[in-house]
Amino acid sequence: MTAPPAKLTPQPPIPKIGGWDNFQRKYAPYIFISPFFLLFFAFGLFPIIFNGYLSVHEWQPGSGLGDMKFVGLRNFTDNLTDPTFWLSLKNTTILAVESGLPQHLIAIPLAFAINMGLKKAQSLITAIYFLPYITSVVAISVIFFTLFSWQYGVLNAALNSLHHIPILGVLFPADKINWLGERAFVQPSIAMVIVWRYVGWNMLLYLSGLQAIPGDLYEAASVDGATRAQQFRFITLPLLRPTMFLAVTLSLIGGFQLFEEPYILTNGGGGVGQAGLTTIMYMFRTYNAYSDAGLAAAMAWLLFIVIGLLTLVNNRLFGRSGMSDSKAAK
Amino acid sequence: MKIKRLLVLTALLSGTLAAAQKTTVTVGVFPDLDSVLKAALPGFNKLYPDIDVKINSLAYADHHNALTTALSTGKGANDLEAIDFGYVAKFAEGNGMIDLSKAPYNAGALASKFVSFTFPQSTTQDGRIVAIPTDIGPGSMFFRTDLLAKAGVKPAQLNASWESYITNGKKVVAANPGTFLIPDASEAAQIILRTGLKAGEGLYFDKNNKVLVSPDNARFVKAFTVAKQIRDAKLDAKAGAAFSPEWTTAFQKGNLATEFSGAWLVGHMQNWLAKDFSGKWNAQNLPGNTFASWGGSFYGIPAQSTNKDAAWKLLQYLTTNPAQQVLAFKTTGAFPALKAGQTDAVFNQGVVYLGNQKARLLWRTAATKIQPLDVNKLDPIADQIVGDALGSVLDGSKDIPTALADAQRLVERRAR
Repeated sequence: MTAPPAKLTPQPPIPKIGGWDNFQRKYAPYIFISPFFLLFFAFGLFPIIFNGYLSVHEWQPGSGLGDMKFVGLRNFTDNLTDPTFWLSLKNTTILAVESGLPQHLIAIPLAFAINMGLKKAQSLITAIYFLPYITSVVAISVIFFTLFSWQYGVLNAALNSLHHIPILGVLFPADKINWLGERAFVQPSIAMVIVWRYVGWNMLLYLSGLQAIPGDLYEAASVDGATRAQQFRFITLPLLRPTMFLAVTLSLIGGFQLFEEPYILTNGGGGVGQAGLTTIMYMFRTYNAYSDAGLAAAMAWLLFIVIGLLTLVNNRLFGRSGMSDSKAAK
Repeated sequence: MKIKRLLVLTALLSGTLAAAQKTTVTVGVFPDLDSVLKAALPGFNKLYPDIDVKINSLAYADHHNALTTALSTGKGANDLEAIDFGYVAKFAEGNGMIDLSKAPYNAGALASKFVSFTFPQSTTQDGRIVAIPTDIGPGSMFFRTDLLAKAGVKPAQLNASWESYITNGKKVVAANPGTFLIPDASEAAQIILRTGLKAGEGLYFDKNNKVLVSPDNARFVKAFTVAKQIRDAKLDAKAGAAFSPEWTTAFQKGNLATEFSGAWLVGHMQNWLAKDFSGKWNAQNLPGNTFASWGGSFYGIPAQSTNKDAAWKLLQYLTTNPAQQVLAFKTTGAFPALKAGQTDAVFNQGVVYLGNQKARLLWRTAATKIQPLDVNKLDPIADQIVGDALGSVLDGSKDIPTALADAQRLVERRAR
């Protein structure tokens, strides 16, 4: 038995709030949060929408906003039938693989070694490896440009002096290599700089991933007699999958947006046979040198689609498990 | 008392009125043209005390990017804008710049006062004049007298013809181990492409927009062939574009025997590029006694300018005043585009860096012989495509007919 509900008595009316209080309660939150939205609309959303608008128009930036001409999907079909666009996409893919794969193949064991063996010097070593990532990319590229120099570069001078060492010398070239001036060497040279720059970043990602793995798993494994290699193979790698997924996705997006390093190393031209011309570089050239903003905007969307597709493939490769610990641990 | 007050008031009022009448003109420039402008101001203000000039100087690329942005959005341009040769064709498109051929400017009448090739560079195919030239870069072949002497080669032998340039160039390089005849083989091709033009022919397109790039066009075949011969004879330093680190180092080390460039290169050489080799360089006409120009600067008025009259006065002063053109030449070595600016006594003086050679007379003559080139809005694209084709020929991955046929297809694709 429950007590009968108390008789409803008319409540005193909610005291009327003054105009200012009402304003504060109703609208102030919007004002407080507005800076984010204003910035987001101005620098985030608007450029994307404007780029979409541009991609279906023909426009020469020097002639003022009034001079846009609607051309439908012509910019897209023009890009898709442009051999240079496909060449740039091919270059970008090769560079992304050439520079992306080694990054991870070096970073994972490196992070493992630092995590396992170098507890004391860990932060110092991490900082040293991370340094290239925070250095100005222009400074890096200019220095590498000088190192790679055909006639006067340190790299060629070093290889040349190594060549004069007896017996071992045959392994090194006798002639100077034109790193940035010969078709075959352009892409590897650029990839080398990118690997050097991003290994530290990836290593840091993996290191934080490793540190999230409970130490007792390793302890249990060593009690069971597992070797370091076995621990790496059966504990580290599976539990590192979510981190790998993140790191590979970031490399993928970064790789397809390559611009500064190849731009500076090839003097903005793409190098011999355009071997160093990436899609972003071609987009920049289309806008800047060819004054064709619509075509460049359409190119940006095409690149967006490519990156989206590849991320999807990456997602499939790692499986949905890439996202969660529980499944990966199975 | 009252009268005194009234007087003060009148004085104050007239003072503000005078201040209000003074107009301020903003000018967008890039280095080193800003030094020329600064030097010009005292003279200009003597003529026009009621015009204040405000200089907005930005780095070379930044200046042109800012101008592009200002023209595309319709806001932010200066009243007067300096434009480098490489950007003139780009800004000639659209209606961002005032057509100076129309009244009240009627700039067409000024054309005969300038060296003949430069005015057409800022004139569009439909006759609009978007800018007026202020300086030019008449080209010459610079060469190291000591390296040539060691090989027993006379300067005249180098520039008699392109064939002779290569034959004698081999001797120079052989006599001076470790040196190169030229920074990059492609430079020769660029000169030949720009000098063998028939009347009414542009660089890559003719008057009717027909693509000229073709394996059957003698000009392109010769340009590619000569460049390939230079590369195959191992005469070039493969330095790529001018001002690349490879190019700079070769100069600084004194490893170059010749270089083709505008007269302005002397300024760079004596100031930083090849300081240690003063007196050892000399100038001569380009091989085959051809004549080409390297760059030049212009001034134009954006349509959005709010002080067009004052801007036009300043523009005229900077471009058509002979004394100012001579002053500019003395300030930074900017070679006058105005014919009347080339008659000063300074042109008869020797250039100390070039071993007191009277090179300015050489450049003055060269300037009169440079042909005007018809510009086309697709030139930058064609330039890139032909440059790539040349690269493929030089590194041996394509033969000349294939490379030119491929380039023709790519240019035609854009020109439709």
